[in-house]
Order: sequence, then C-alpha cells, then structure tokens
Amino acid sequence: MPLLPPRWRLVLAVLLLVSIPIAAGVVWMGLTGIFDRVHGLVPVRPPSLDNWRFIWEGVGGRPPVHVPLLNSFVFAVVVAVIEVFVASMAAYAISRMSFPGRRFYLGLVLVLHAFPAVSLIIAIFYILRVMGLFDTLTGVILVKASLGLPLGIWLMKGFFDNLSWEMEMAALVDGMSRWTLFWKIAMPLVRPGLLALGTFSLLSAWGEFILPFTLIVSSNKALMSSYLQSFLTEAFTDFGIVAAVGLFYTLPVVALYLLGQRYLLNIYGGGVKG
Amino acid sequence: MKGIAVRLEGLSKYFGRVAALRTLDLDIHAGEMVAFLGPSGCGKTTTLLMVAGIYQPSSGAIYFGERRVEHLHPRDRDVGMVFQSYALYPHLTLLENIAFPLRLKRVPADEVAAKVRQTAELLGIGHVLERRPAHVSGGQQQRAALARALVKEPQVLLLDEPLSNLDAQIRLHARGEIRRLQQDIGVTSVLVTHDQAEALAMADRVAVFSVGELQQFASPDELYARPANTFVAGFVGHPPMNLIAGTFADGAFTAGPLRLTLPYRVPPGSGTLGMRPEDIALGGPIAGRVVLAETLGREVLVTVETGGATIKMLADSRPVGGAPIGIAVDPARLHLFDREGRRIVAQAA
Ligand SMILES: Nc1ncnc2c1ncn2[C@@H]1O[C@H](COP(=O)(O)OP(=O)(O)OP(=O)(O)O)[C@@H](O)[C@H]1O
Ligand SMILES: [Mg+2]
Repeated sequence: MPLLPPRWRLVLAVLLLVSIPIAAGVVWMGLTGIFDRVHGLVPVRPPSLDNWRFIWEGVGGRPPVHVPLLNSFVFAVVVAVIEVFVASMAAYAISRMSFPGRRFYLGLVLVLHAFPAVSLIIAIFYILRVMGLFDTLTGVILVKASLGLPLGIWLMKGFFDNLSWEMEMAALVDGMSRWTLFWKIAMPLVRPGLLALGTFSLLSAWGEFILPFTLIVSSNKALMSSYLQSFLTEAFTDFGIVAAVGLFYTLPVVALYLLGQRYLLNIYGGGVKG
Repeated sequence: MKGIAVRLEGLSKYFGRVAALRTLDLDIHAGEMVAFLGPSGCGKTTTLLMVAGIYQPSSGAIYFGERRVEHLHPRDRDVGMVFQSYALYPHLTLLENIAFPLRLKRVPADEVAAKVRQTAELLGIGHVLERRPAHVSGGQQQRAALARALVKEPQVLLLDEPLSNLDAQIRLHARGEIRRLQQDIGVTSVLVTHDQAEALAMADRVAVFSVGELQQFASPDELYARPANTFVAGFVGHPPMNLIAGTFADGAFTAGPLRLTLPYRVPPGSGTLGMRPEDIALGGPIAGRVVLAETLGREVLVTVETGGATIKMLADSRPVGGAPIGIAVDPARLHLFDREGRRIVAQAA
C-alpha cells in the first residue's frame, strides 16, 4: 500500500484517536469474555471457559442460548425478506407508475423515514394487544419490518429510477406483462440494491433491542438482545458472562458485515431522485 | 411471411394539455417501409409508441389489417421494435436477449435456438451471441436489437432512429442493410428519423411531421418534386430550398427589386417562391453578387446576394468572391406557395 499523503495521515490519526474508546470497549469485551476479570485492560485471572457455560446449559433459569439465538435468526431473516420484497414492489410502483396521490405518498415515505419510531411504542403495544400479536415473534417481525420500509422504499426507488424507460418499453413490446417485467428485468437489474437493503435490514434487525424488549415478555420467545440484557439486571452483574454473551451475539454481525460490506457500499451508489 | 397494412385514423395524443400529435390519418400499405420524418419533438416517437401499444391514444383508431388494435396490449399486436438506445437487457447475453420474445411466446426450446441462430447469422452477429450488450460494439448492439425485433417474425416492424447512434461510416452501410432485409422479409415497417437523407434513401413513402401535425405523406420523389408546403420544401432536400417571401401579381413574382416573370397564371397576393439550389444556373438575367462560396466536395455552394433576396445555388466551380454575376432559374422548376405556405398548383398561362 502506498503511504498516505501527510494531510491524510493527520486525518487518520484523529480518527484513530476518537475511535480508541470504542476499540477499548471491544477489547474489554473480548478479554473479559476469556479471562473473566480484568483490571483496566489487564487480565488478572487465567483464561477460563466458565463464562461460556451459557452455550451448553441454561443459566439462572433462562432457556438455553439456542432458543434466543434461533429466535433472533428467524426474526432477522424474515424481517429482511419482508423489507426487501415489499420495499422493492412499492418502490417500483412509485418509480414507474403514475397513480393518484403518488407525490403525497412519496412525501409521506420521506417523513416516516425520519420519524422517531420509539415514540410510537405505546400505540404499537395496544395495537398488537388488540390483534392478539403481543408477545409473539410474528408481532415484532411485522412492526420491525414496517418501521424499516420507508428507508427501504426510498432506497429502492433510487435504484429503479436509474433503469431505462426504453428498456421497459422494449420488454412490453417483446410480450412481457408488467408483472413479468418486474421480476425478470427490473429486479435482476437492481440486484445491488436488493443485496444492500437485505444486508442492511438483516443487521438492523439482528441488533434491534427496544421492540423485542417491550413487545415480547416470555423468555422462551426472547431475542438475543433481550437475552443479553437479562444478565445485566441481576443484583450482582456477572460481567464475565455479559461480555461472553456480548461476543457471542456480535460474531454473526462481524461475519455478515465482512460478507456484505460490498453490497452495503451500494447504498450510496443507488442515488436518490424525486 | 408478408406484412400487414396499418391504418391510423384521427389519431391524437395529449400529454396533459400538450398535444404531441393531432388527428393523424395515415394509410400504410402491407410490406411497405414508411419513414416518419421531422424535427425533434414533433411527435414521431409518440406516434410509433401508440402503434406499438406503449401509449394509449387520446383519441382515434389504429388498424392492423381489418383488426382494430389500439386497445390491445403490445404483446397481442405482433410488432417488433428497435429503440434509439437499443434497449437491450444489460444482464442477459445477446443470445438471451434475442431469445426473450420467443421464450415469452412459449416456443419450444430447440425451435428458439434454431431461430435465434438463424436471425443472428442473417445479421452477422453469430459470433458474439455469448456476450453481454456492454461487451459488443455499438453496431453489434444495433443488430442485436434488430434481431430481437425480427426473431418473432412480427407483422409490423417499428424502428425509432435505429441508426442515430452509429458513426457515419457504419450508418451508411446499415441503412442499405436494413432496407434490403426489410424488403426480403416483406415486413411492414415504420422508420422514425430526423435525417432526411436517411428517410429519402430508405423509405417507399415518407410522412413529414411538424409540431404534432402531418405535413405531407408521399414518395421521396414526390416530396422532392412537389413539396406540399413551405415546411416540407425547406425540410426536404439538401442543401435546402431557397424560400423567398414576396408578392404574386400580373404574371410575375416581386420581392423588393427582384422581379421574375412567371409563365403561370397565379392568383394575386403575397406568397413564397421556392427554388432549389441545384435548379439555379450561372449566367442569366438575375443580377447579384457572390458573398460566400463553400466547397461541398463535387460542387460548390454559392451564396448570391441579389437586390431582393439571398439565394444559395450549386455551381461546378468556385466563382470569384464579391464579383457581380448573373443567375438563371428554369421557370418550370420553381415552387409557388400561397400566403398560408400551401403549394399553388400552377396552370400554364
Ligand atoms: N411521456 C411524455 N410525457 C409528457 N410529454 C411528452 C411525453 N412524451 C413526449 N412528450 C412530448 O410530446 C412531444 C412529442 O414528443 P416525441 O418524443 O414524440 O418527439 P419526437 O418527434 O420523437 O422527437 P425526437 O426527434 O426528439 O425523438 C414533445 O413535445 C414531448 O415533449
Ligand atoms: Mg423520438
């Protein structure tokens, strides 16, 4: 790698400096998870697997870790799939078709995208109660997916806007219906957008805390975030196990990020047009 | 395979309040190639897209043979179309692009393969079929688009400026090639272009448009010899016809000091006199002065300033700039237009 020019070296130094607290946190989590106790960042005990016992046994009356783990996987994957499909269909309609209220809808999507969703939590709680979806995975999935849709629609619209009209006309003349055209021509061509949105919603759902924490109470339906949180509420917080669970919870994210960062960068490649 | 006759009746298209096309009536014979010619924004593409079924006409009817089609989805119309940008599917190979219309019609796979091969060979792109559009030349993309339009053996072929993205060399070649192909398969075709040379060279008949209205629909020879109005007169022919505004009276045309006696009976009034640069000869009664001489290759385009008008003419050799000269025009080759710009059908005096 060529050496950075001096100005960029300075920028890099500043960035590294402000990143130190975050990096220290991660290092602490790693060390604590392995050595159980650290002073500052210095391990004071020999490494042990004791903190990781949650993997093979239920700890303190909690369900074994594979229960929240599986719940989180289902949650993240279903949310991502719903977001990708619903957002791309909505975005295609907004981008390509003229219908009454299109402008208004577009504006609404933009506003909703900026709306602080947590402020809706009480209303959502009541709605789920009435629908019988409170304390169910289905309920949180629907809520999480809906809240993610405005951003998804806006993102996908940028990708669809970039498709050529003449190409769609050619597809119609070739004999395609609008529906076939959507699946066989438009969707393959916005693949980078689909992957970006998919990765993004997967990560966002995996890390979601407030919604599952408030909308799910049964511990056998809890997600990883609530499971982790449950270790923090004990009278004597066992930081070793918290760190270990935290690490365990983070590993899939790191893996997905490494796989998906190429696609995530495309979020900025789609462009946004009115 | 034979093409089908296409008839447009009172066809109009409005985008909001903008009229892109106003009450067009046009009869296209089976197997004929018709060119839509006109400046940018005059409604050529709009008309083509209505024939293809992409746009719904605001009013009017479209017939393919005896079948009324303007309410039909494009796939039920049996048309093939080549777009200006070619509009190939970038994520598919040329082979898949060309095969697409057949696959949609659920043609058996071996038949698809055979037809695609055959069409591609016909157009000389058999060796690049495995590539994607981005990896072949512009000329090959254009042929692939043409192959995709032709592979389903449509009854009507629509071409929207298919040559405008090619460089001059290939364009001339492709012109002849498309025309030959069209005549071989006998498909009824509409070619949209704003290049008059292309329209005159390729089409059996040319429809000249100006701002949403048909100006004249005739054979290239007819357009050249008898333009219906001043718009067509000025648009068709290169270099363009000289159009001089003036007055008809007493068997003569006057524009300032310029006065030409006409061997016709012309109703008196203001009007326009047209003369093609190639119909004007050096040495004659109209006195003028050379202000500009441009070499076109074989000939020289000479701009002559007469008292009443600036006249462009073609000469075989370069005259001396600024020199006084006389020019002459055969009265039989003059074009006369009335106050509204319509051609005056002249009667011998
Ligand atoms: N989808 C549309 N919405 C609104 N106005 C349109 C639309 N398509 C065409 N127009 C307008 O209709 C008129 C005719 O357009 P058209 O594309 O048919 O012109 P054209 O003759 O093909 O021109 P060019 O040579 O530039 O392709 C233009 O004024 C254009 O702005
Ligand atoms: Mg056009």
